[in-house]
Amino acid sequence: MANPQLIMYDEEFKQINAVIEKLLREANAKVIFLVDKNGQLITGCGETERFDTTSLASLTAGNIAATGGLAKLIGEKEFSILFHEGEKDNLHISIVAGRVILVVLFDTRSSLGLVRLRVKKSSEELSAIFGRLMQKSEEKEKSGDSEFPFAEITDDDIDNLFS
Amino acid sequence: MSFINYASREINCKIVYYGPGLCGKTTNLQFVYQKTAPDAKGKMISLATETERTLFFDFLPLALGEIRGFKTRFHLYTVPGQVFYDASRKLILKGVDGVVFVADSQEERMDANVESVENLRINLIEQGYDLDKIPYVVQYNKRDLPNILSVEELRRELNPTNVPEFEACATTGEGVFETLKAVAKLILFDLKKGK
Repeated sequence: MANPQLIMYDEEFKQINAVIEKLLREANAKVIFLVDKNGQLITGCGETERFDTTSLASLTAGNIAATGGLAKLIGEKEFSILFHEGEKDNLHISIVAGRVILVVLFDTRSSLGLVRLRVKKSSEELSAIFGRLMQKSEEKEKSGDSEFPFAEITDDDIDNLFS
Repeated sequence: MSFINYASREINCKIVYYGPGLCGKTTNLQFVYQKTAPDAKGKMISLATETERTLFFDFLPLALGEIRGFKTRFHLYTVPGQVFYDASRKLILKGVDGVVFVADSQEERMDANVESVENLRINLIEQGYDLDKIPYVVQYNKRDLPNILSVEELRRELNPTNVPEFEACATTGEGVFETLKAVAKLILFDLKKGK
């Protein structure tokens, strides 16, 4: 399948958060989100409580999917960077490691040039971490070493969710 | 594909409501939204035209509770049903974990239902999925209307593989949660098997 299941572990989660927190400072951004291409929010930092992060993640993924569709129509593989300019706030959206979306929200305290520059560097670091993450999941899957909590679930567990 | 986060102990899954135009996909989501406790749901997003036809998708995040210490979240999406929005439908199927096919039970919509199921199958194949292998349920909607086909007739055309099926009236909510529960269950059991 095109996109294997994304599994996040503690170690990589911490590394990823460290990278985006650094990016937040260095790019003078307000908020940064990392979103799976399927629309699931992976993590975020900055003034995240001011935003409906779940909706933001879903719409970002929809946006990337739609522009990806446009790209294919004109013979491009994808548009790896999107920029939305508002009156006060702007969004810089880029694809990292082919499957994760990095969203940087910034205002006049920063600039597009600065954001682009810093995002480029952080993207490389994030790519490396996601590469390791994919490798780790594959190895765990192969060795059958899965701490997956759902192996033991019962009908009752699932019914309880809806009660 | 579902996203499992061991760091924040969360599992997110994506459910897509598919079906012909005006079959009641958005109405299904609206009913779920109305009947879900405020702390268990996020904002419902509808990218629709001025005449309330779905343009890109509807989106409703649901947090159902915990299973074995993992927060279980379902993201519900609908596709635009109108035939000419096929490019958008393909995009929304990306990363899907389970599909609900909402059929319009009215006699005159049978051709549209059949066309939509075929379209679903083809679009899934393009994304690398097989309709016969993924969690999939069928809902026969609009059972309250006068000019409807019998469930047997609908089944023959739309559910030859005998996946779980439900009669529904999405405007009153009949069958809506039963459908959602069934597909969620299939997804969780699929996860259990570890695929």
